[in-house]
Amino acid sequence: MAIKKRWISLLVENEVGVLARISGLFSGKSYNLNSLAVGTTEDKTISRMTISLTSDEQTFEQVKKQLNRSIEVIKVMDFTDIPLHMKELIFIKIRKCSPPDMVEIFRICEIFNIKAIDYNATTIILESMQTESRNNDLLCLLENMFPDRLEIVRGGSVAIEAISVTDR
Amino acid sequence: MQITGAELFVKALQKENVTTLFAYPGGQAIDLFNALYGQNSIEVILPRHEQGLVHAADGYARSTGKVGVCLVTSGPGATNLVTGIATANYDSVPLVCFTGQVPTSLIGNDAFQEVDIVGITRSITKYAVTVRDRKELAATIKKAFYIARTGKPGVVLVDLPKDIQQEYGSHLYPGQIDIRSYKPNTSVHMGQIKKAVEILKTAKKPLFLIGGGVNIAHANELMKQLAEKTGIPVITTIMGKGAIPANHRLYVGNLGIHGCYAANSAISECDVLFSIGTRFNDRITGKIGEFAKNARIIHVDIDPASISRNIAVDIPIVSDARNAILALLERAEKLVIDDWVEQILSWKQHYPLIMPGTHMTPQTIIRKINEHFEQAIITTDVGQNQLWATQFLELNEKKQMLTSGGLGTMGYGFPAAIGAKIGNPEKDVIVITGDGGMQMNIQEMATAVVYELPIIICIFNNGYLGNVRQWQEMFFDKRYSSTCIRYRKSCAADCNSPGKCCPEYTPDFVRLAESYGARGIRVAKTEEIIPAFEYAKQNTKAPTIIEFMIEREENVLPIVPPGNPLCDMIMESEGE
Repeated sequence: MAIKKRWISLLVENEVGVLARISGLFSGKSYNLNSLAVGTTEDKTISRMTISLTSDEQTFEQVKKQLNRSIEVIKVMDFTDIPLHMKELIFIKIRKCSPPDMVEIFRICEIFNIKAIDYNATTIILESMQTESRNNDLLCLLENMFPDRLEIVRGGSVAIEAISVTDR
Repeated sequence: MQITGAELFVKALQKENVTTLFAYPGGQAIDLFNALYGQNSIEVILPRHEQGLVHAADGYARSTGKVGVCLVTSGPGATNLVTGIATANYDSVPLVCFTGQVPTSLIGNDAFQEVDIVGITRSITKYAVTVRDRKELAATIKKAFYIARTGKPGVVLVDLPKDIQQEYGSHLYPGQIDIRSYKPNTSVHMGQIKKAVEILKTAKKPLFLIGGGVNIAHANELMKQLAEKTGIPVITTIMGKGAIPANHRLYVGNLGIHGCYAANSAISECDVLFSIGTRFNDRITGKIGEFAKNARIIHVDIDPASISRNIAVDIPIVSDARNAILALLERAEKLVIDDWVEQILSWKQHYPLIMPGTHMTPQTIIRKINEHFEQAIITTDVGQNQLWATQFLELNEKKQMLTSGGLGTMGYGFPAAIGAKIGNPEKDVIVITGDGGMQMNIQEMATAVVYELPIIICIFNNGYLGNVRQWQEMFFDKRYSSTCIRYRKSCAADCNSPGKCCPEYTPDFVRLAESYGARGIRVAKTEEIIPAFEYAKQNTKAPTIIEFMIEREENVLPIVPPGNPLCDMIMESEGE
């Protein structure tokens, strides 16, 4: 069966140890976790996790069942193939930039619709808030252009079900 | 009224109708023990090691259907529970384990006897939690008992920091609790039941495969009715043994890598497999692609995660075994499958489980247990003793077997029997164990003696860790690596031929029994078996060890070699 990237949005009790239980489930059962972002919701006693993993269909079914089985899990939502708004925050620091590099970087910012949020004569920090795949494209480009000069912090994607449009 | 956390703990146990507490004290649990002192509604049992303690609570829970309750101190007290927690959780046994913990102000400081027991047990409990606020103590304990005994039962660990035990707070204990994230299934999907019944109607070779779920749900009588009403033969897993009486016409036997020929053949040939309360563990499936390959599969399990995990299922039914069987009883009809039933009965007749030889075989001993004890709980250890017990014990309404089926924990049998005897003083409690497993929790002899528990401990002594030795004999060119317990420094490193000149066995179990104030007797011949049981029965205030000197290289047969389909099994030893 097809191995592909899959998404889960998870409502859990906002308690000590819940993150450890969920991440421990993935490591203990050898599920291939790609990213996990977590934060509180409109109800402060509930946290919401956006999880991406790579698996086949059968394993994915098992993942959802195992998550449901955890006492602290309130709801498991399969976000794999439904209309969503999904964004990931990335910070990218680029070092040892020459003046022509800087010009090039600002051009990239314009094309990719990202922001330069801090810089000095030789170093610049970019902030990208894009879909995961768009961020991947951006990083691919920057890694080619500025090898060994990047510092990358990826936040993991968060997603919400769309009302009318699809934007992954 | 304001009471301490420790006092509330005792009150909570009373409200949960706990009458027996398996407990071992220590510095961070001393307030809890102080609160237990002087009250008389809860009997506190003090074993000799926390592992023995938790297995005893497990045996108590399995044999009484109540929640087993443990109390230990922090650090090593807590870590000594780990194997027992995993054992119980794997077999869906309801336990609540309380662990003392260093005060909340010291957690994370590497304080004396501090461990993160909640972190350590996260993957082997149904739920584990540290109480960090005295206000939440009552609700947390209530939640613990509720989670442990409902749904698929399991182990809940509640970690109690010392300051929470000491702090004054409300005396109230909630009558009921609602957990928004935990709603165990209590119904059964009628649409799925109807589909299952329709499939059954078309079956020519249907078969029931019954796992431990039926025993846990106490649905044995209903299961018998269902088998009789439909006329469908029944095979069981090790944990499902006893689901219907062993002497029932429709009972075939256990399946699996040491299953009987008839059961393994039936599963290979059936066209509809109706399984209830099993997770299709690798021990029962053999080569997975060949398992029940001609069959449409109906699977009832309370745990959705057990369905379609190892085996793809045609009709999944998420339900408690009892509810599902009740629903089936209303709708299922008698099937005309006489040829199929005759075929299975003839397999059973032509290929019975049998240990050849005129010597005292484990089968002889277990047959005598079947004949001699009317109402009994039999616990087993793990290894050959367990496999023989699961092959030859004849269970019925009056006889129950407790065994570590999932985790396969050596050292389980004897302490589990202690818990079973405490919970069922009127019944005979018998341990079938090996000379290896018995020594893993032998310190509990003292517990059995001081609480005057007349448990009958049958040690099958072959001087080997027999199950691994058997594998070494059959699949590893008889390279007996670290499996001989009679080995001494003077022995040849490559010895694989036990004989008369082997060194003496250590310990001498008969003298060991005597040193504990118990009785010990050694049995080497078939005619000595019944007198030994009689001797043990007269010993009504202390345990009796019966050491059976069995053939050293006796094997468990049949066996399905690793990687083979179930129908491809080795039936007898070479050279016999």
